[in-house]
Amino acid sequence: MKNIKFLFIGILFGIILSKAEVISWYRIYEMFKFQSFHMYGVIGSAVVLGIIIMYLFNKGLVKSYLGKQIEIEPKKKGFSRNILGGIVFGLGWGLIGACPGPMFILLGRGVYAIIIAIVGGLLGVLLYHAIKSKLPH
Amino acid sequence: MDFILEPWPWYVAGPLITLIMFLLFYFGKKFGVSSNLETICALGGAGKFVDFFKFDWRANGWNLMFILGTVIGGFVAFQWLTPIETIAINPQTVQDLTNIGFQNAGAQYLPDEIFSIESMFTLKGFLILLIGGVLVGFGSRYAGGCTSGHAIVGLSNLELPSLISVIGFFIGGLIMIWVLFPILF
Repeated sequence: MKNIKFLFIGILFGIILSKAEVISWYRIYEMFKFQSFHMYGVIGSAVVLGIIIMYLFNKGLVKSYLGKQIEIEPKKKGFSRNILGGIVFGLGWGLIGACPGPMFILLGRGVYAIIIAIVGGLLGVLLYHAIKSKLPH
Repeated sequence: MDFILEPWPWYVAGPLITLIMFLLFYFGKKFGVSSNLETICALGGAGKFVDFFKFDWRANGWNLMFILGTVIGGFVAFQWLTPIETIAINPQTVQDLTNIGFQNAGAQYLPDEIFSIESMFTLKGFLILLIGGVLVGFGSRYAGGCTSGHAIVGLSNLELPSLISVIGFFIGGLIMIWVLFPILF
């Protein structure tokens, strides 16, 4: 089971987002109301440190566990897909206060209602790939 | 050990999220949660309806393990690491929520108005959860990433597409909270 380490990394991620209240609907609502620094601090500090990590990866100063260069797959370009996809995502994020990670973490908390949102998420992904040829990218 | 049981401040959580990103790249993978939704669709046989899902889901088995881990992590944190369920949100936020009919805002992680068993079995409650999920799933794959792939990895890697996506996340979220919420609730 060479994948077992990813189970443990996932457990750690679930605990971090739970303990930092990132999975709380209220924290997301508060963020979009600009009434708390908390979420901006979480994402902001992750990104500031992340910029340093990515620099080390891209310069080859930190290699993978196999000693290989770590490649960061570039994101797909295109203004329409990023802005429109982003807006659709944001509408959902604001409404249910959970992005994909927290959805699964809330499932572990025993929040049965989130199952409906996860099913919705799967349907949304299915729908996107069914109609994507008709959408602007 | 008390600090583990207290709510973790942003300056602890943010760097730890970066650590998660680091570990995943260090072990030759990537940090992106929403692509699991595609993998689960493929696993569930969505390839019969949409050709995109005909890829071999086993190649993403590591990410399914990661997502299974997050479920376990949520359970562990809830059972043993969170003695106090209150969320110390801004009193102004509590007031704003009270004004639109949310009782006891911040008394626990989630509002009963959306997540209680009673709410999920009302038509409105069911539709909010379902449509919210559809928007998150659809939008994340349209934009090519969610909070992890765009807001954390993409911004860290100084990628313009991710900046545009994150601006989109905020446009959508602000429309929902400031414009649509007062209509919905």
